[in-house]
Amino acid sequence: MLGKLTLSAIPYDNPIIMGAVAFSLLVAFGIAGAITYYGKWGYLWSEWLTSVDHKKIGVMYIILALVMLLRGFADAIMMRAQQAFSFGASHGYLPAEHFDQIFTAHGTIMIFFMAMPFLLGLMNVVVPLQIGARDVAFPALNSVSLWLTVVSAMLVMVSLGVGEFSQGGWTGYPPLTELHFSPGSGVDYWIWALQISGIGTTLTGLNFLITILKMRAPGMTLMRMPVFTWAALCTSILIIMAFPALTGTLAMLTLDRYAGMHFFTNAMGGNMMLYTNLLWVWGHPEVYILIIPAFGVFSEVVATFSGKRLFGYKSMVYATMAIAFLSFTVWLHHFFTMGAGPDVNAFFGITTMIIAVPTGVKVFNWLFTMYKGRVRFNQAMYWTIGFIVTFVIGGVSGVLLAIPGADFVFHNSEFLIAHFHNMLIPGALFGYFAGYTYWFPKAFGFRLNEKWGKRAFWAWLTGFYVAFMPLYVLGFMGMPRRLYHYSNPAWHPYLEVAAVGAVLVMLGIAFQVVQLIVSIKEREQTRDLTGDPWDGRTLEWAIASPAPFYNFAHIPQVQDLDALTDMKERQVIYKRPEKYEDIHMPKNTGVGFIMGVFAFLFGFAMVWHIWWLAIAGALAITGSIIARATTEDVDYYVPAAQVERTENERYRQLPSAAVYGGASEADDDTLVPAASA
Amino acid sequence: MTTDVLDSHLAANDSHGHDHGEAVSNTVFGFWIYIMTDCVLFATVFVGYVVLSHNYAGGPTGKELFDLPYAFGETLFLLFSSVTYGFAMLAMHTNNRKQVLIWLAVTFLLGLGFISMELHEFAGMITEGNGPDRSAFLSGFFTLVGTHGAHVSVGLLWMAVMMGQVMTKGLSTRVQSRLMRLSMFWHFLDVIWIGVFTVVYLMGVMA
Repeated sequence: MLGKLTLSAIPYDNPIIMGAVAFSLLVAFGIAGAITYYGKWGYLWSEWLTSVDHKKIGVMYIILALVMLLRGFADAIMMRAQQAFSFGASHGYLPAEHFDQIFTAHGTIMIFFMAMPFLLGLMNVVVPLQIGARDVAFPALNSVSLWLTVVSAMLVMVSLGVGEFSQGGWTGYPPLTELHFSPGSGVDYWIWALQISGIGTTLTGLNFLITILKMRAPGMTLMRMPVFTWAALCTSILIIMAFPALTGTLAMLTLDRYAGMHFFTNAMGGNMMLYTNLLWVWGHPEVYILIIPAFGVFSEVVATFSGKRLFGYKSMVYATMAIAFLSFTVWLHHFFTMGAGPDVNAFFGITTMIIAVPTGVKVFNWLFTMYKGRVRFNQAMYWTIGFIVTFVIGGVSGVLLAIPGADFVFHNSEFLIAHFHNMLIPGALFGYFAGYTYWFPKAFGFRLNEKWGKRAFWAWLTGFYVAFMPLYVLGFMGMPRRLYHYSNPAWHPYLEVAAVGAVLVMLGIAFQVVQLIVSIKEREQTRDLTGDPWDGRTLEWAIASPAPFYNFAHIPQVQDLDALTDMKERQVIYKRPEKYEDIHMPKNTGVGFIMGVFAFLFGFAMVWHIWWLAIAGALAITGSIIARATTEDVDYYVPAAQVERTENERYRQLPSAAVYGGASEADDDTLVPAASA
Repeated sequence: MTTDVLDSHLAANDSHGHDHGEAVSNTVFGFWIYIMTDCVLFATVFVGYVVLSHNYAGGPTGKELFDLPYAFGETLFLLFSSVTYGFAMLAMHTNNRKQVLIWLAVTFLLGLGFISMELHEFAGMITEGNGPDRSAFLSGFFTLVGTHGAHVSVGLLWMAVMMGQVMTKGLSTRVQSRLMRLSMFWHFLDVIWIGVFTVVYLMGVMA
């Protein structure tokens, strides 16, 4: 009836896990209790869970990302603590198999359930606004993607208390992850969490590709798209090309584990390096899927806060496309030690180094944008400058690793750990944080607190250096990654320093929590009445903050790359239109949420071999798709009168606010800011 | 600002708002992209098969297992089902509901014939002890051919739903758009099968 699931799957005897489970449950029940107390279940269901509004879906993605950031960071600081203590006679506080689960969970969560939802959330909130669209191409599908991602994260969370998580590392290399060596439920949780969220991500990539190619405002040619939209386009293409490979690879591993097949086993002709190759065919583009949107954020931020058009827009676009293309030609550098031979390794070494060229172009473009600009040191700008400096160091260590000979020495050492954290923390995470502060007012109508944001930045930045620079040294000293215990006294001081760095990062996260609370409390003082708090250059700043659900009452006409700046200069913005029309919008639907729930049940059932439930879940998902496909009533018209009321409210607020450019007086119908002085 | 020809071409197609014409063209374009993702998935499974295709682990080889005339029979079922689906689409364009239904039914039966033959082949191999767990080669074989078969089965289910929709809803714009996408899916599976037939059966018998 319950497959392999018995009460013994719950690790009662492990106080650390039970504590984490108790804490998670407490938070969950606390939130559920609060919702019940304030009677908000109906609101939550009708306004959020069933919403197909891209902005709300984006916000939910980012909430998921922030929650999972806390979980992933908890794993990180536990590893740092273990390695700081577990030296010589002491074995620290974690048993080896628990430590292995923690580093696997840390990597899996940070990549799939922190970084991916964060960037998809930013894309969701921003892209339709930047291109002057009212929603994405397939709004209901967007909701399905969201919930597939959310339930996969929930599967990982459930593995904490029911069963175990994989000990195979976030890349899950066989034969370790084959049934013979990992008979428990851990690898299965890992497989199904990745499989379900991966399908959701593929659908998102498809959705945004169509949205960007087909739904831009009139006049917005490809070469007039904001750089963030370009980044989203490249990321979507990468998702479409790369994620199905992950789906296929995981399916083969699944068949090995569930159907006794021999794709990657040691015996019967299996080939484990087939897995390694296929995984990185997805895995390397994945790195750029994470980083390219952050590059897009930095480009927007640096242009806005330098008060200048982005330097070298075209070269930025071509560099992004070049990086996207090259990302498919370098996968083998993750395993130069496979033994493919000097010619093959040289090829992949060279392609890897070539990636530094377009990346360098970008760095110079950002620097030249700031050069002779009137730079405003907003917190988003802090993240950007911190990124540029730190990322270059990581890039240099990457070029070093691209040399096959050197890689043989550094392979699987702490040097590698230092390198990819040096790329992904500033390169991806700082970018998401910059985007989070930059677009926060557009989503919620008020700005985030500057003081706490800058404190968080400094704690993160110094924490990063203190935590990861010692790891470079440890790599040179020959320390392998993923050690739960070691006896070399020379390593110990560096690992203690690294643990201090993790504490500093923890402070940074705490400051961000404080920032959010303070900002909500003081929201009346930082309210964004103009919809354009930063003197923005792109279309999302042309409408009210928070953006109305239909985004644009009238679809704007684009005449320039920096569409809004151009409109400000031509003094055509903030003009009250003579009349409004009905707006065609998609209806909310529960299909995404419901399919998510079924997908969760299916995944959980597959992990525990509860076949009847798995079949029922699969049938229910199929049924939901068919039911959705037979529904014709999927859209409606917002009456012009309602649009007019909403827009009038905005125009009523506008004159009281100081619009950038200096205008604060207006006659009855228009509010024209003085042309930028 | 400079404008590329390609850009303006794309931008010119932008009629805004969600009118139905645009919605249909978006779904068809979206479905093309979905087919691209499916292509990558099949590419992955093909790679799995090709890399392992000589890892017999002491078990039978393709030459011993494959019955080429039988596989050719399967192929004919599938190829003719594409032709009959084409007739269904022609009938749809002349708005002939009854003929659409007839041709969809014929297509369904041909597809069902293909799946039945494939399952029969699988069952025969498994009962002789040559199932997917026998060797890496057979794992790759069953997975590649099975993935294609699973797609065809989904196509059959979809076709059944569409026959129901044509009966109850008639040939509305949305139904026509769905028939169009199913058509793309069905022909796509044909293309994939040509690859499977060549790489698995023809090359397997030659090896």
